[in-house]
Amino acid sequence: METGYPDIEIIQQVRSGNQQAYSQLVTRYQNFVFTIVLRYVTNREDAEELAQDVFIKAYKSLADFRGESKFSTWLYTITTTSCISFLRKKKLEVHSLDNEKVMAHAEQVQTGMRADQIEAKSRLAMVNKAIALLSPEDAQVITLFYKGEQSLEEIAQIMSMETNAVKVRLHRARQRLKDKMEKHFSQEVRDLY
Amino acid sequence: MEARLWEYIDGMALPEERTVIEELIQTQQAWREKYQELLQVNQDIRQHLQLEEPSLRFTKNVMEEIARTQIAPATRSYINKKIIFGIAGFFLTLIFGFIIYALGQIDWSAGSSSSGFEWSRVDYSRVFNNQFVNVFMMINIVLGLMLFDRYLTEKKKNWSKES
Repeated sequence: METGYPDIEIIQQVRSGNQQAYSQLVTRYQNFVFTIVLRYVTNREDAEELAQDVFIKAYKSLADFRGESKFSTWLYTITTTSCISFLRKKKLEVHSLDNEKVMAHAEQVQTGMRADQIEAKSRLAMVNKAIALLSPEDAQVITLFYKGEQSLEEIAQIMSMETNAVKVRLHRARQRLKDKMEKHFSQEVRDLY
Repeated sequence: MEARLWEYIDGMALPEERTVIEELIQTQQAWREKYQELLQVNQDIRQHLQLEEPSLRFTKNVMEEIARTQIAPATRSYINKKIIFGIAGFFLTLIFGFIIYALGQIDWSAGSSSSGFEWSRVDYSRVFNNQFVNVFMMINIVLGLMLFDRYLTEKKKNWSKES
């Protein structure tokens, strides 16, 4: 994460009336919040709008943040609940692995991938394309664990799950990610592993 | 095998388990191959997982919106605990008052007999013949059912989330 003032100091400045200080928190976490939102809401415009709403909600509720957990954990919890509420309002199902929409999307992506399979030689492209094919929950748990610097207990809090359930989901998500990578980049994966 | 290896790779295995797994990796080829495979997956994710970036105007849009809003005061600043305890005290007084009234209306003497006290002969009718008491109890039953329905709805939501 970026260097600069710790989150709690920035929050104190904002509570004291320095509204502009909040921009440091937005800049610090915008990529992560946007990435999580994009796991649930595939349309980038909707995702950006929702991510902005998350930060606005967090700002409005800043007085209630007691510092018992990390600010990032609190913020990611707001992000997850906002995504689920958004999908319910739009009457869209939260994607699951067996969802037809996800599979149809995967088929489209797969067709595209086969076309440029030869070009997608880097591990970077493989990993990021494969994670886009996972269900939102699987993609989120992997993102929170590897990029979000969140412990299993914190991830459990964010996703409203038991810690053991998060552990199991993380194991399965990684396995599914590997399976996706093998399915869509079979030759490259064989070469790598 | 995979679950145990992932715990080992994530550094979450207990010391005794770590020792067992290290030995298995050293002595069993299947364990060694699977360990290398999972380690590579772990490294790939750790090194190559990228975050998406929003538009350049993102921070500016957020700050423009919050310039129009104020931080809401903390709920603990406008919820007075004394008021909450006061309301709780009122309802508890009401409940105990009702219980004491009901006990006073019961004809305990009807239960006395030559063979001792018989609960089945105690006369409760004066409690339930009172119209106000009956209305009060009906209201409580309806409120109780509403709370129970809310509780079940919350539980159903949690089950759906977990599944």
